[in-house]
Amino acid sequence: MRYLPKSPAEREQMLAEIGAASIDDLFEVIPAEYRFSRDLDVPRQQAESEIINYFRAAGAKNATDYASFLGAGAYRHYRPVIIDSLVQRGEFLTSYTPYQAEITQGTLQAIFEFQTMIAELTGMDVANASMYDGSTGAAEAVLMAMRVTGRHKAVVASSVHPEYREVLHTYLQHREMATALIGYDAKTGRVDLAALDAAVTDETAAVLVQSPNFFGVIEDIPAIAEIAHKKGALLIVSIAEAVSLGAVRAPVEADIVSMEAQSFGVALSYGGPFCGVIAAKEQYLRQMPGRLVGQTVDKDGNRGFVLTLSTREQHIRREKATSNICTNQALVALMATIFLTVYGKEGIRELAEHNLAKADYAAKALSAQPGAKLLFSGAPKFHEFVLQTEEAPATWSKRLLDEKIVGGIELSRWYPELGNATLWCATEVVTREQIDAAAKVLAAVPVGA
Amino acid sequence: MAIQGIGKVRAHQTQNEGLVFEKSSPGKRGYKLPPLDVPSVDASALLGEAHRENPALLPELSEIEIIRHFTRLSTWNYAIDLGMYPLGSCTMKYNPRVNEFVARIDGLADAHPYRPEELAQGILEVVDLLQRCLIEITGMDAITLQPAAGAHGEFTGILLVRAWHESRGNARKKILIPDSAHGTNPATAAICGYAVENLKSNADGGIDLEALERQVDEETAALMLTNPSTIGVFESQIHRIADILHAKGALLYMDGANMNALVGKARPGDFGVDVMHLNLHKTFSTPHGGGGPGSGPVACKAFLEPFLPTPVLVRRGSNASQASGELHWEYNRPQSVGRVRGFYGNVGMFIRALAYILANGPDGLRQTTEDAVLNANYIRKKLEDVFDLPYKTASMHEVVFSDKRQAALGVKTGDIAKRLIDYGFHPYTVSFPMIVHGAMMIEPTESESLEELDLFVEAMRSIAREVEETPEVVKSAPHSTRVSRLDEVAAARKPILRWKG
Repeated sequence: MRYLPKSPAEREQMLAEIGAASIDDLFEVIPAEYRFSRDLDVPRQQAESEIINYFRAAGAKNATDYASFLGAGAYRHYRPVIIDSLVQRGEFLTSYTPYQAEITQGTLQAIFEFQTMIAELTGMDVANASMYDGSTGAAEAVLMAMRVTGRHKAVVASSVHPEYREVLHTYLQHREMATALIGYDAKTGRVDLAALDAAVTDETAAVLVQSPNFFGVIEDIPAIAEIAHKKGALLIVSIAEAVSLGAVRAPVEADIVSMEAQSFGVALSYGGPFCGVIAAKEQYLRQMPGRLVGQTVDKDGNRGFVLTLSTREQHIRREKATSNICTNQALVALMATIFLTVYGKEGIRELAEHNLAKADYAAKALSAQPGAKLLFSGAPKFHEFVLQTEEAPATWSKRLLDEKIVGGIELSRWYPELGNATLWCATEVVTREQIDAAAKVLAAVPVGA
Repeated sequence: MAIQGIGKVRAHQTQNEGLVFEKSSPGKRGYKLPPLDVPSVDASALLGEAHRENPALLPELSEIEIIRHFTRLSTWNYAIDLGMYPLGSCTMKYNPRVNEFVARIDGLADAHPYRPEELAQGILEVVDLLQRCLIEITGMDAITLQPAAGAHGEFTGILLVRAWHESRGNARKKILIPDSAHGTNPATAAICGYAVENLKSNADGGIDLEALERQVDEETAALMLTNPSTIGVFESQIHRIADILHAKGALLYMDGANMNALVGKARPGDFGVDVMHLNLHKTFSTPHGGGGPGSGPVACKAFLEPFLPTPVLVRRGSNASQASGELHWEYNRPQSVGRVRGFYGNVGMFIRALAYILANGPDGLRQTTEDAVLNANYIRKKLEDVFDLPYKTASMHEVVFSDKRQAALGVKTGDIAKRLIDYGFHPYTVSFPMIVHGAMMIEPTESESLEELDLFVEAMRSIAREVEETPEVVKSAPHSTRVSRLDEVAAARKPILRWKG
């Protein structure tokens, strides 16, 4: 086996030194009836070339040459080449969690830079080293708000990503934590502020909204914050599209921001690994879940970095920890850090503006087709929009697929009240040609319809 | 303090490098966007009050500076690629490069999670094959790959336990956890709404059957057991343990952190485990990446399958056993515990883990396990005359010594660990498991050659001599690193968690 660095003679030599007659001696502690004596029924050992061929065939079967207007929490952005060059350096790739600070300063400093960039972008004071993804991050943020306030109710906008809400439900179901769902304004797609005002009480720990929300609409964060804060509840803003922060004002009125940083240079990879992160106001620091890197000095006064405030964490606090999270998404956070360094202060703005321009053009082009109209036109959007069509999406999406275009995702599975509504996304990698082609297909009502 | 006559290391220079923000100058660029092919927009007019007026203070650097910055940082890390990384319980094995290559193949890396299933059959085939391999390896009946890491898998597994008990009318109140367990176990039980009851280990570091019998009652939901245990010992009474639990209607959860000792040699499903998690980033070679991403699949017996998180991958068609029908995600699972994560899990890690299984095949997987156990036993044999071995039970993939003999001379496990750095090794796991005072937990994995093992043994023996002859050298280690003995107390007292200029 090519990964195993021992010759048969060396194995024999080692067994002899241990004093074992054969390797089986070392497994005698396993009762005989549980020793597995046959070959595992898995594919036979394969050459590297065979492995590559297998996965290439799988990739090809996935159909790679389609234009795509899918978004909804997973976004296609250009990934600068140097991201993969750098994260594949073995010193980053094959290093463990930086518990031994002296020989993990590279990882530690990079995480410190990540925390700084996330705090800058979100307008929060501090950010952690990462969470699994945006969905679990949002759930952990709600639990964090519960610990901070000592309250046990959450008010959640229905325009938060439906899968995030499902995960939240899973996390809260054994916590005696009631959630109230707040709808959206039919004209703007924004949180129904009157309903929110009525739902937030003195028992509310947190108000959870997403901005841009699941419909791509940017929420009125100052107004929502005012409603939450006047009852002493914390405002949690979930951000599924991190690139939006290049053009959209930071949710500075929030107490906690839970962000999915996948858009910062992380491949779609069929939904993971992504990169969640929690940022917050400094006063809530000690209730934050997850790892944190802090700056300090060594015995000679050199600047250095360490994992810190670990008394919040499971390996110290066990059942009293702020979370059970241990492994996080460190290497993916490094991708995001490199991405943000490549684009920098000006680039992230320019990139966000390209997204705005593409989506603006796409929304106009598609909604101009007969039988199509744009929903929620009364509020600002980033790069996603909801299109309603007279024709059922199942029909026209089939025609789009024939032209090798994956159109917007149907919303009826989560929002049946929206009828024939689809959610479209146009990032900087979508071309005008693709948008025009999609509009043309949409316009071509089939014969007999 | 230079080390004489040890073959692993020699000093070399490392580059100094400031924070990325300190290298920034306005007007530098590391990017270039293509020209817009649609009309440009006035962001301020389009977004109104939602427009960002103050840009985030991100650094501005050219591409060469970015490459140098992160490359220089990387050189400050120790890594498996540089040498033995004997962190017990972490399974720091070789991370094959073909894994990285195949995870980046077109059609896999760029697949959107909501693409129509008929256009995603390739990636679904990969998920399906990995699921079948992991079910076979564990001897279980069903699996979910959704959990993002080991602790997340524990959470999912205990949710399954809870849902099953609830379906029988009583969720029950407590989870038993041995005092040798990982901290994630009790933290997990707590977030699933269970009280944690500690189970004391017996004189061999294993489960005390009498104590277990006393403590298991009608309110016990499950025992969370790591097998082999955190001292690297197989629970030879495992089936009795399962019987005691099952007799009271409680379930056996296995923390699969130490599965690298069992693959191809014994299957949890055969020895009474009801539900367990795997760590693809330990046993199945996906890279640790400085702390993640991981992946924590949960495998279970058939009676727990209805409770698995949604969605579940199923094959269409009447004859599901034939690998011909289309794969699709099944959402209609009325008894499911619900989603534990968005989308389907850390799919990129599934690809890597499957590449590892294919590279090994049944013979390679078995040999891997045998070599991992051989290596641990070799280290044990070569060091047991200089370091105290608190539990004499046969070791599997890791060996746990204590610092008892060295502590008597004022040198602790943490000091020895730091001194190992000077010898060119990453330290072992320090002070865990907690049942061993001054623990030194060593897991070599199968990836170490005899030469590297001998260098490690030589280093440990040399440090043991230093403890007797020049203990101060050990207590003030490391001496060869860029920074040494960072002030963790100051870091926690006045936390500086971001750069402020």
